[in-house]
Amino acid sequence: MRPDPGTVKPAERLDDVRMDEVELTTPVGSADIGRLKLGDVVYISGVLYTAREGVYRKVVEQGVDFPASVRALTNVNFHCSPAATGRPDGTYAVEAVTATASFRFGKSMSRWFERSGAKVVVGKAGLTELAYREWFVPHGAVYLTTVGYGMGAAYGRCITRVLDVHWLEALGIAQALWVLEVERLGPFLVEGDREGRSLFALANREINLRLEEVYRGLPPYAMGRFGETTSRTDEIV
Amino acid sequence: MSRPIPEKLVEDTARELMARAAIDIPADYRDGVRKARECERNRIARFVLAEMERNWDIATADRRPMCADTGLPRYYVRAGNEAVIEGGFVALERALRKATADATASIPLRPNRVHPLTRRDHDNNVGVHAPEVTYAFEPRADWIDITAVHKGGLFGTDYRMLFPTDGVAGIRRFFVDTLVEFGKRGLACQPAIVGLGLGGSKDTCVRLGKEAACLRVVGSRNPEPAVAALEEELTALGNYVGIGAMGFAGTSLVVATHIEVAYTHTGGLPVGMHSFCLSSRRATARIHSDGRVEFRADPMWFTDYYRREGIE
Ligand code: SF4
Repeated sequence: MRPDPGTVKPAERLDDVRMDEVELTTPVGSADIGRLKLGDVVYISGVLYTAREGVYRKVVEQGVDFPASVRALTNVNFHCSPAATGRPDGTYAVEAVTATASFRFGKSMSRWFERSGAKVVVGKAGLTELAYREWFVPHGAVYLTTVGYGMGAAYGRCITRVLDVHWLEALGIAQALWVLEVERLGPFLVEGDREGRSLFALANREINLRLEEVYRGLPPYAMGRFGETTSRTDEIV
Repeated sequence: MSRPIPEKLVEDTARELMARAAIDIPADYRDGVRKARECERNRIARFVLAEMERNWDIATADRRPMCADTGLPRYYVRAGNEAVIEGGFVALERALRKATADATASIPLRPNRVHPLTRRDHDNNVGVHAPEVTYAFEPRADWIDITAVHKGGLFGTDYRMLFPTDGVAGIRRFFVDTLVEFGKRGLACQPAIVGLGLGGSKDTCVRLGKEAACLRVVGSRNPEPAVAALEEELTALGNYVGIGAMGFAGTSLVVATHIEVAYTHTGGLPVGMHSFCLSSRRATARIHSDGRVEFRADPMWFTDYYRREGIE
């Protein structure tokens, strides 16, 4: 039995993360989303779709409507493009899926949630807590990170069917919107919860504590470089 | 005079190499990751690495690409000085390009290659300077070695012009800077084989760093004692930084550090660094002049001749 989230204190250190296993079915309901704790190990069954730069450009920037049929089916957006090929009979095979880094979608996320109805984003490496609070929390959305990364084969095995593909012609295989039926696709880790906390932020706080010592004895360079950050505790995403 | 190696044999071998590289994780790297997992003190990082090992098993069992981002396919070709290819090197390059396009459809590989400005995509990983083919030679041999690499990772790579006054301390600093920058959140898909190219010109150190990461097996050492000592020191330093798999505070950041050197400008110390990720994908075959093909795990790219210091 999963404890009620109201009674479990959010983890403050990595060692407190419980890594509870959670099964989600799509569309993911609000109560299920609210129960997710940082570091929970999640498996998804049902339907999800891939959408990255190409689809975001269409839907967020160009204002093209998000396919209503997809919106009706699921609220899970996977930031990835599959290694897909056409079969002679006109159907598609997807052998492997691996997420792409999500931080670059940050600015589009708020509009994206409005226009797509997505509540669960699956991707690589997450966003900052600032980004979650600004763009995810107001929409009740959470972020799951893939594991590894590069678990393409294991994830690929959980794709049972390609249900549909949108904008294949216009965007190409890598950027098209693929609608996938999946069975226990995972594991994913809860990286951004509904309050906007981040698992990576937790990890980075611990890493940063140590960096001072690591850098002792590492002198500055003879010649500097122009750059956007000089602090090693800054994140670059 | 050696018998010419048929173009068709080059093409078939290259296609097979594309598949093996994309699907089967090299044993030396896998072993390194297992050891990293056993030493890792962070539970989440350990979980990540155990899942990766499961992923490699599935890739091999199902003959699927281990990672859906199949990277940028490329080749390293070493030709024996006496090797002859039917149709010459133009035929060899045609065979390698054809094999890449065919493998993209048959494995399948993700058609990653696009025009940098127009983003034009042939859906086959072939285009201007794609796939890259890098050549080296070997005296007294009539075979050709082909290594296929699917180099992934937009992160974990950097270049910097250091100076002799920066010295080894500067190299350490650059190494740690790059690890911290890309190790957080696991952007580099670590633990990685880190390759450092020291010296040469800017482009040489970047090329050597990539070759050191991608074309040397875990457990190999640079034959020059001072360089080998720095390799060991940096691996230990990298795992002391405190970042584990996926950026969870831990110890599994560097599986191995490989350093290659090139004589450089007396006033400079250029450094190029590359990370070969959790999909460290490479496969090698030797095509003999009698038509035999031998597949192997070790690219054996850094031969004594390749690293020669004198005129001969
Ligand atoms: S860096 Fe490597 S393991 Fe990670 S997604 Fe890219 S190819 Fe896959």
